[in-house]
Amino acid sequence: MASELMSNEIALLAIFLLSVFVGFEVVSKVSTTLHTPLMSGANAIHGVILVGAIVVADHAKTNLELGLALAAVILATINMVGGFVVTDRMLQMFKGKPKSKKDLGEGK
Amino acid sequence: MSRNLYDLIGLAAGICFILALKGLSSPKSARRGNLIGAVGATVATVIVFFYANEGKALNNQTLILAAIAFGTLVGVPAARKVQMTQMPQLVALFNGVGGGAAALVAIVEYLKLGDTASTAVVIATVFTVIVGCVSFSGSIITFLKLQEIMTTRPVIFPLGRQIIALTLIGVLASGGWVISAGGTTPLLVNGLLSLLFGVLFVLPVGGADVPIVISLLNAFTGLTVAASGYVLQTTLLIVAGTLVGASGTILTRLMADAMGRSLFGTLFGAFTAKAQASVGETEARPVKSGSPDDIAILLNYAQRVVIVPGFGLAVAQAQHTVRELADLLASKGVEVAYGIHPVAGRMPGHMNVLLAEANVPYEQLVEMEEINPTFPQTDVVLVVGANDVVNPAAKTTPGCPIYGMPILDVALAGNVIFLKRSMRPGFAGIENELLYETKTTLLFGDAKDSLTKVVSALKAL
Repeated sequence: MASELMSNEIALLAIFLLSVFVGFEVVSKVSTTLHTPLMSGANAIHGVILVGAIVVADHAKTNLELGLALAAVILATINMVGGFVVTDRMLQMFKGKPKSKKDLGEGK
Repeated sequence: MSRNLYDLIGLAAGICFILALKGLSSPKSARRGNLIGAVGATVATVIVFFYANEGKALNNQTLILAAIAFGTLVGVPAARKVQMTQMPQLVALFNGVGGGAAALVAIVEYLKLGDTASTAVVIATVFTVIVGCVSFSGSIITFLKLQEIMTTRPVIFPLGRQIIALTLIGVLASGGWVISAGGTTPLLVNGLLSLLFGVLFVLPVGGADVPIVISLLNAFTGLTVAASGYVLQTTLLIVAGTLVGASGTILTRLMADAMGRSLFGTLFGAFTAKAQASVGETEARPVKSGSPDDIAILLNYAQRVVIVPGFGLAVAQAQHTVRELADLLASKGVEVAYGIHPVAGRMPGHMNVLLAEANVPYEQLVEMEEINPTFPQTDVVLVVGANDVVNPAAKTTPGCPIYGMPILDVALAGNVIFLKRSMRPGFAGIENELLYETKTTLLFGDAKDSLTKVVSALKAL
């Protein structure tokens, strides 16, 4: 029993550490042009705390707990939905892609 | 739904988030990346309804759905209608509410668990409350700064350093109190002190550094989400939160590099910076101002013109007019390019978004490293509503708030034209010596009005 619990903790730790490395790796080379949309997109992703907010709203036993949990649901939804929409709006504007990156502004 | 199935779908959502971040790192796949992220988040949200209460409808399901509907009704119109110029502060706000949500989740779970919570869970709860509250109140302050509801300059108050240090000690001590004694009162104290710390932490940050702070708080919120994932034993939250925390940290560093700032200097620079020279005394110095006709002539006979757009252009909604001017010059055989400073506007890449909105061809947008060597061969630089990003003080005045930030070397060009609203210094609040140089011509007024006048003067030539 105790060892089972332990291995669960270790698994979570492993997941955490691997996610750190993936997170570092995946954005290590980004042009400044995309910094703002990337930040905004990452911002939307942590809106998935909505899942946690729904879980605690389901578990809530007292009115206080329920009230706080519902507030969390509202805030998390704003974060998640608003975040993805605003990121999409930003990226929509990059439609006219550069034809060849080489002569970017080199001109003559 | 079984735990295994739930975890598997959660894993798929986690992979969606990884692909989303990967996609967002490259211009070609950015939009698709964002969509993949949205799909992942939606799937994660939907399946929890089938899992959380062992397959039965959730307790309080109607209320939960109503709360989601309400959040959507607030978030979507805000995201849709916001002016692109005000987008950084909206991102800050979204980030803040996310941090607040994570803190609330941990608090509710803590209230529910009561004495049964293990020490590790209590520690994770305290972490979530502290960092979530700091992220929440800090983001609100950055919002107020960017919206210019409050001053954009560093706010430094007497004994500020001591007060911040004391508050931090209070935050940590009350956190320890929660862990050792438990109960709601310590948690409440901890939360309130953390909120206060978030305010104090962001107040001294100067306007130009605010984007870095937003990015940092974004990473903080990610970590908060990861910690609350541990409290709830939800793998997906750990994955998503950690991904954002890690990538956000890297992004913060990249941004700080682009601005030539050390992260440490950004966050604590306000404590060490000396008082800036007062603006009043220099305002009386003579500057050369020109009429739209003078400027049209300068532009007309130039071989090469570089336009340096700044936030003033965006505020005046002059993106379209500036493109008209550029097209007109190009039709007269003048070579035109835009010099884009990495942090032009209010955030790295913000200006690219704004100009793309006005259909400026992407090829004409030249990044700083590429355009800087071309300034000696440039006849005229037209600075539209920018100031800090061309301010030589960043190179010449150690101790000024932007010292060390790479700038566009417009002073190397033959002539420099500034379209400015007034002699007021830029966002960072620093005097610009370039304005007083003999090669500099100023045209005061709203950027759009000025550009329109220059365009009609140019057409008349």
